[in-house]
Amino acid sequence: MTPDSKPHADFRDLLEALCHVWGPSGHEDRVRALLLELIAPHVDETRVDALGNLIAVRHAAAGGAKGTGVEAPRIMVAAHMDEIGVVVTHVDQDGFLRFGPVGGILTGNLIGTRVTFEDGTVGVIGAEKRADQAKAPTLDELFIDVGADDAAAVTQRVGDMAAFHHRLDWSGGRPIAPNHDDRIGCVMLVAALRRFKPGPNTLVAVFSTQEEVGTRGAETAAYGVAPQLAIALDITGAGDTPKAPPLALKLGAGAAVKVKDGGMIASPALRRLMEERAQAAGIPYQLEVLTGGTTDARAMQTSRAGVPAGAISVPTRYGHSPSQVIDLADVQAGVDLLLALLEGDVSGLLGSGLTGSGMTGAG
Amino acid sequence: MSPKTDNGLDLGPLDLDLLRRLSEARGVSGDEGRVRRILVDAVGGRLERLHADGMGNLYGSRAAKPAAAAGRPAPRVMLAAHMDEVGLMVTQVGRDGLLAVDAVGGLDARVLAGQPVLVGPEGLPGVIGLKPVHLSAPGEREQPPKIKDLRVDIGVDSGEAADRLVNVGDGVTFATDFQDLGPTLLGKAFDDRGGCAVLCALLDQDYPVTLEAVFTVQEEVGLRGAQVAAHRLAPDCAIVLECGTTDDTPKERDDTPVMRLGAGPAITVMDRSLIADRRLVAHLVATADDLGIPYQIRAPKGGGTDGGRIHLSRAGVPTAVVSMPCRYLHAPASLLAKSDMRHTIALLRAALQRLSWKDLER
Amino acid sequence: MTPTDRDRGRDLDALLEALTAVPGLSGHESDMADCLTEQLGPLVDSHWRDPMGNWLGRRAPRPAPAAGAAPAPRLLLSAHMDAIGFMVTAVEDGGFLRFTGLGGWDPRLLLAQPVTVLGARPLPGVVGSRPPHVLGPELSGKVLPPDELFIDVGLPEAEVRAAVRVGDVIAPRRPLQRLQGRRRAGRALDNRASLAALILAMDLLARREHQAEILLLATVQEEVGLRGARPGVWELVADAAVVLDVTFAVQTGVSDVPGSLGGGPLIGVGPNMHPVIERRLRQLAAAAELKHGREPLAGPSGTDAWAFQVAAAGLPTGLISVPIRYMHSPVETVDLADIERAGRLLAEFAAAFDAALVDDLVGELHGVTED
Repeated sequence: MTPDSKPHADFRDLLEALCHVWGPSGHEDRVRALLLELIAPHVDETRVDALGNLIAVRHAAAGGAKGTGVEAPRIMVAAHMDEIGVVVTHVDQDGFLRFGPVGGILTGNLIGTRVTFEDGTVGVIGAEKRADQAKAPTLDELFIDVGADDAAAVTQRVGDMAAFHHRLDWSGGRPIAPNHDDRIGCVMLVAALRRFKPGPNTLVAVFSTQEEVGTRGAETAAYGVAPQLAIALDITGAGDTPKAPPLALKLGAGAAVKVKDGGMIASPALRRLMEERAQAAGIPYQLEVLTGGTTDARAMQTSRAGVPAGAISVPTRYGHSPSQVIDLADVQAGVDLLLALLEGDVSGLLGSGLTGSGMTGAG
Repeated sequence: MSPKTDNGLDLGPLDLDLLRRLSEARGVSGDEGRVRRILVDAVGGRLERLHADGMGNLYGSRAAKPAAAAGRPAPRVMLAAHMDEVGLMVTQVGRDGLLAVDAVGGLDARVLAGQPVLVGPEGLPGVIGLKPVHLSAPGEREQPPKIKDLRVDIGVDSGEAADRLVNVGDGVTFATDFQDLGPTLLGKAFDDRGGCAVLCALLDQDYPVTLEAVFTVQEEVGLRGAQVAAHRLAPDCAIVLECGTTDDTPKERDDTPVMRLGAGPAITVMDRSLIADRRLVAHLVATADDLGIPYQIRAPKGGGTDGGRIHLSRAGVPTAVVSMPCRYLHAPASLLAKSDMRHTIALLRAALQRLSWKDLER
Repeated sequence: MTPTDRDRGRDLDALLEALTAVPGLSGHESDMADCLTEQLGPLVDSHWRDPMGNWLGRRAPRPAPAAGAAPAPRLLLSAHMDAIGFMVTAVEDGGFLRFTGLGGWDPRLLLAQPVTVLGARPLPGVVGSRPPHVLGPELSGKVLPPDELFIDVGLPEAEVRAAVRVGDVIAPRRPLQRLQGRRRAGRALDNRASLAALILAMDLLARREHQAEILLLATVQEEVGLRGARPGVWELVADAAVVLDVTFAVQTGVSDVPGSLGGGPLIGVGPNMHPVIERRLRQLAAAAELKHGREPLAGPSGTDAWAFQVAAAGLPTGLISVPIRYMHSPVETVDLADIERAGRLLAEFAAAFDAALVDDLVGELHGVTED
């Protein structure tokens, strides 16, 4: 069987390309360079803002919304380029590196994990002897071994970052990678740009930075873009493993339409529109109520005078671990749903008080 | 005679009198007026359009000289140092004349017991006492006091007497005289009056970039003044001047000192609030390397500064943070090294003299 | 009913009942906005909603300024309109509903609470658990974790599945109760007590002259992190704001707070509050012989005032709080007299708000030129 005959060949290729690029938070340059190459043929303009967000615009069909000459609604769709990692805080005399977190590191996943520095140096995370080996170590009890005999042999400096060692495997047709969060969102956005047919809306695709340290890139990007509607593409959890925390999401059961997560409540109107579009097009979807975590939608929602915001998520097992598992059928559904939304009429969501213009009239 | 770096860079004199006045001024978050007045005097004539906003941030600018030739104007660089200090606020005047307090900013209750303090706009002397050791049960002595259980005693015996002197909401600061210990300085509130003093020192010369100097309010309660200031200024980039904590005293474990007193200005790459702009970090490091100015990279451990809000302002502001190492931060008596202050001023002067749009390209 | 109530033709009990009857849960406030349009619409010149769902209104100065006069000072009065509730996270076999909190709940007061599940149609239900008799030793006598709780709407599974989906919201079902005297108890008095005070203030203001243009803002999503506040004021360009919220009153287990039922509203003091606004509020309260107190807040006030103060170019903000007991429970308790006093104080401040006060907001504070 040739690769092309496998289902979701386009996603596979994009994932292969994107999962192997190094880019912890604040260090997204390589991911951005690759994405720029991938999207260049499919967008009208691109720019990079002060925080390093890659902002690409695909204009609406000429004539604006419904050919009225009114400016077409700007829909910002964000997927973040950064991945979680670690940062060196100290090089000890024996050449071991102490480190802190870049994003939400789960220390229970770390012992024996390989990490890669920007220069390609590979390190392995070790742990001190602990009183209770059964308990997850604290960050203070962990160190990185880069094969140096003493501090002088270490080339890393305090402040250098490392990402989980990149490796993409396939099991039962499902991809396993340390950084589906959120390279799969980037894959979806690239795929959507490739297929996007200009219609009533302008698509502003934002490949954002520093999501894992607090949705920072999306905050400045949203200010700069000033969208009328915002959608994040990111991973979410899954509740379909043995004794999983209660979460009504399954791998392979469709795109997750976010209702709420730990940081935001999606615009109910936007969520309903997503559901209508999915139902109309027969796209499988599930509703997502996540009790922890959040996405770039949080930052976009409260930008300027507020933006109706939501998210399309990919159910993911073992998030923020070195082995995150997803199902490409959910990715396919997510892209289909995104395009159904982007290419249709969204004016019903925009209201009259769009930019405070309601100041002059009764609501 | 002023000291020089290894390769002859003149470090110039330090204005210790200004630092003394700033350090001894009382100004917890939200009550920065006295600090602001000292700074208005100190920067008079060296900044244009000196003004304040409704929160109390103090702004002034210094245009690039020589002015940029036709075309793109010189970058506008926001330089920020915060005026407020951690301390206490009176929350209740007791019937016994004792004052209940709450912490303004991140204050470790363990540094409070047995300390003299100054209360309210008049700076009334007070003390924070503890039950005599004779009367404390052995177990009790091992428990740090809670701030809500501590009382400030200003020497009156009734609520009526205290009410005439004190208002709920009055600020309470440590009563610490500034002292010159030779190579080091001892005082309170170096976080961030030290940064304020460094900012003042930078204003003695022209730069090829436009300086937008801001002395901010309410950093210690959540980086609040800087958020407003950055929005108002919309600068092209920002450098935050801070005084940061060291962990360089003896310890068993071979772990990070975060930064070390006397090892030069600390450049932040990451803290809890910010991943510093890599271009500005590279510019600062290259400047220090070129001129032989000692510097250190602040270990990315916790902490947050005004940079955390500034870099997220509007469509984003490339932001760096340069800190002077300070022992015993957020305590009645901190230590600052004169050499660190000189090297911080030297590094920032040089970095600003060399800064151009090129350094902000990707 | 007191004489003042009759004078103004608005029954405070009826108003509070109307306000607390609307679910208006965080992120789902459009029903509450409709209610405000009904209550406040006649008192403003225009009203609208912003993209977040915040309800905004505007009342021009009375009388209208002369042509060519300086622009009127702009004062924002604000209270959040969302209330805490719950959301369905899963529909289990047998039709049992798993849920999570919308806003902060004490897990100890969930069990056995009556609720309304706002599905395709409103379904009454109750929070249940397995009976204490059968719980193992690890749970016996302990606070039940969320995983052990569910909502039972008493319908067959098929009917539940037809009417309820993941993401549907759930409101506590508690009509306002009249306790002795003027004490009232119920759900969502945080922050419907403040909205009632805001409405009373506008009633009073409508019968007076005021130089200021009055902007009203009822915010969304305060309870989930002050999320509506900053967008709400982004384009208003007000000169100052006063926020109305609730605060703790002395109650069983809580003695070291300055508020008490019947003790009057609290005026916030601390870094979050502009000292000039705080002082003016106290002066006006004293002049009007309104019972009031001061609430020292050394750090975050936990209210929209925290977000307003640093929104955009900054907004000088004051805070008036109505004391309530049992905050974030279905039996929050308030004294109607405190709501009236808060409303009167707000009306006094709004009527007195003028250009001179706006000047003081910078001048008096800093002694340097205003920008």
